Amino acid sequence: MVALAIAGPLLYPVDPFDMVGQPSVPPGGEQVLGTDVAGRDMLAGLIHGGRVSLLIGFMASLAATLVGLVLGAVAGYYGGRIDDLIMRTTEFFLTIPSFVLAVVLVAIFSPTILHITVAIAVVSWPSVARLARAEFLAHRDREYVQGCRAIGMPDREIILLQILPNALPPVIVVSSLMVATAILTESGLSFLGLGDPNQVSWGYMIGVARSVLRTAWWMAAIPGAMIVVTVLAINLVGEGLNDALNPRLKQR
Amino acid sequence: MRGGTVRFVLRRLAQLVPVVLAIAALNFALAKLAPGDAADILAGQMGHATLEFTEQLRREFGLDLPILEQFLAYMGRTARLDLGISLIQQQPVAELIADRLPATLLLMVTALVLAIATGVALGVAAARRQGTWVDNLISVSALLVYATPAFWLGLMLIVFFSIRLDLLPSGGMMRIGVAQTALGQVLDVARHLILPAATLGLFYAAVYARLMRASMLEVYGLDFITTARAKGLSEGTIAWTHALRNALLPVVTLAGMQVGHLLGGSVLIETVFGWPGLGRLVFDALVQRDLNLLLGILFVSSIVVVLVNLAVDLVYGFLDPRITHK
Repeated sequence: MVALAIAGPLLYPVDPFDMVGQPSVPPGGEQVLGTDVAGRDMLAGLIHGGRVSLLIGFMASLAATLVGLVLGAVAGYYGGRIDDLIMRTTEFFLTIPSFVLAVVLVAIFSPTILHITVAIAVVSWPSVARLARAEFLAHRDREYVQGCRAIGMPDREIILLQILPNALPPVIVVSSLMVATAILTESGLSFLGLGDPNQVSWGYMIGVARSVLRTAWWMAAIPGAMIVVTVLAINLVGEGLNDALNPRLKQR
Repeated sequence: MRGGTVRFVLRRLAQLVPVVLAIAALNFALAKLAPGDAADILAGQMGHATLEFTEQLRREFGLDLPILEQFLAYMGRTARLDLGISLIQQQPVAELIADRLPATLLLMVTALVLAIATGVALGVAAARRQGTWVDNLISVSALLVYATPAFWLGLMLIVFFSIRLDLLPSGGMMRIGVAQTALGQVLDVARHLILPAATLGLFYAAVYARLMRASMLEVYGLDFITTARAKGLSEGTIAWTHALRNALLPVVTLAGMQVGHLLGGSVLIETVFGWPGLGRLVFDALVQRDLNLLLGILFVSSIVVVLVNLAVDLVYGFLDPRITHK
């Protein structure tokens, strides 16, 4: 675990950010990784696809974290009926098969990067909300919060300035792991043909390569390997963050 | 069954009512959010429909009524399990789904059983040899599998086992006319089931292995294990009878929570392997832009998840008699 925690941050900047940093590389004369069924350069596709996958992954996770955090904070801090209402909704969204819901959402609204991001966020926020609620619930009766209340600090300030910094670490861990899930979901969606038609993505490349699996297996293998490496790196960072931010787990 | 259990089941069933209502309401809202209604789609299919004709269709379907009336009518239909008609395939959605559901359930249950068996075995093995290379190997493999998109893994398994080695079929559920006997048919389906079930199950096996390892280590720290050791019981007996039963609870909880996730994964895996279940139906509905069918599938799969969660609660009682069904 410790080795992974150390390796995570080392792997991370090398891996995904190399791809984000570079703009779409024009197909070189050699075409290092060959071309796909339509004669498009694979490397260019990989780089472009990586940008789309990462963008959607990060944005969806960010959006889901914000929504989950706000709802979780309100539910945990105030409790009572509003808590009931929010938690019922959360459980409801946890019950619905999330991938199927994402498929339906993207199918109803045209598949653009924005819509895909929103759809993934819609199915991802409940886990953050649950966690945030638990954190706020644990903190709301602590002495420092009671102190703040005693000096007449408004709820908004207590939530944002006092409890939030304490509740944030576990949420950050979960949302960094959520980036990985979001990338996997996005690749699944675009594999089914629900990707943005104007953008290449890794899942789309695998979907296209599926028809020539018998003759050119590497065409599907390479983008898939990219997903594995990226998601693995993000998971390692998440684990690293968990070890860094959660001292209670250290001794394990 | 004891009276308490019966009452518990009845109470849980009653709790399901609002959830089912909410699922139906969500479905209705999604259908309304979609651009274009059934009349538009049908008119579009005919190719030569006038505006008046579209309006007439709309009246026939009751699409011109106030939204609340439409909603009540929709709820009434849903309560009778009438999920509408697939506008493309011209068949009731409920029938289409009922045709495909068994194949999906077979795939899901097989994958889940494989995943739990493998995951628990590996998790226990890793926990008993904590810190050794066995533990490390299992943990690293689990991390790797964790990061692999299952649909891609499926494709790679097809390349290896079907194309290279020619060992297993690459898709479908059975070969028509090959097997004459019932046993032959079962074996044929089983052969087709191996790859998709392994693909779908592997991810969860990794999840359960990690959870099982952590959970076993926690149980190992408890007093009754020390007592068992002091009694001179063998490590094997302690692991497989004393610790396992207690460490299994989180795995069961997670497995129950992940049924929805499993169903989503099944959609992708079925598409990869041409498995004739709900997932294939989702893909077909997507290709044909058959929204009614898609929403019906969302509805039914949500219900499946709710029912499985109920079943998990019952299993819980068997594993841990301290949890009584009140």
